[in-house]
Amino acid sequence: MGGNPAGPVPRDDHDFALWEKRVDALMILASGAGLFTVDGLRRALEDMGEAAFEDMSYYERWIAAINQNLIEAGTYTTAELAEKMTEVQERGQTYAEANRA
Amino acid sequence: MLEPGTRVQVARHMPPGHVRTPAYLRGRTGIIERALGAFPNPELLAYGLRADRVPLYRVTFRLDDLWDSGSTDTLDAEIYAHWLKEV
Repeated sequence: MGGNPAGPVPRDDHDFALWEKRVDALMILASGAGLFTVDGLRRALEDMGEAAFEDMSYYERWIAAINQNLIEAGTYTTAELAEKMTEVQERGQTYAEANRA
Repeated sequence: MLEPGTRVQVARHMPPGHVRTPAYLRGRTGIIERALGAFPNPELLAYGLRADRVPLYRVTFRLDDLWDSGSTDTLDAEIYAHWLKEV
């Protein structure tokens, strides 16, 4: 990144987790609905700073950037997000647990 | 409208926030390769603002002008009109 040495580029395909595919779908849906553009996604990614590119995975950065844009667009408030996150967390830590609930 | 072959200098601005002009090209001089048409300004779109259309140009730079590399290769970059000044 930023012209620094980074080693070879991995060329193998990734096996994406379900949540990662959902993040990708959310980006397509949100931009299709005109809530924000890919420019907004890029801006929020860049604003995270260099450390985020070491500490977070690709789709972790994406969901953080999508969330930032949706809050700015007024799609939901941070309070609504907090309530929903608590509700989802209470379903369990895994998809299996959540589906039993 | 900048015609192909026009010498241009990229503004040396270093603002915070979202811009599409690579930092390593700011302040550098290149040649207009072609006009690409006008597009909504991504620097405004990035903040969810109404974006006016700004002409976009492909500009050719000599690698040797950028990095003192001794290379005869060139580099093309796409840069919005408000970053370019005819020289």
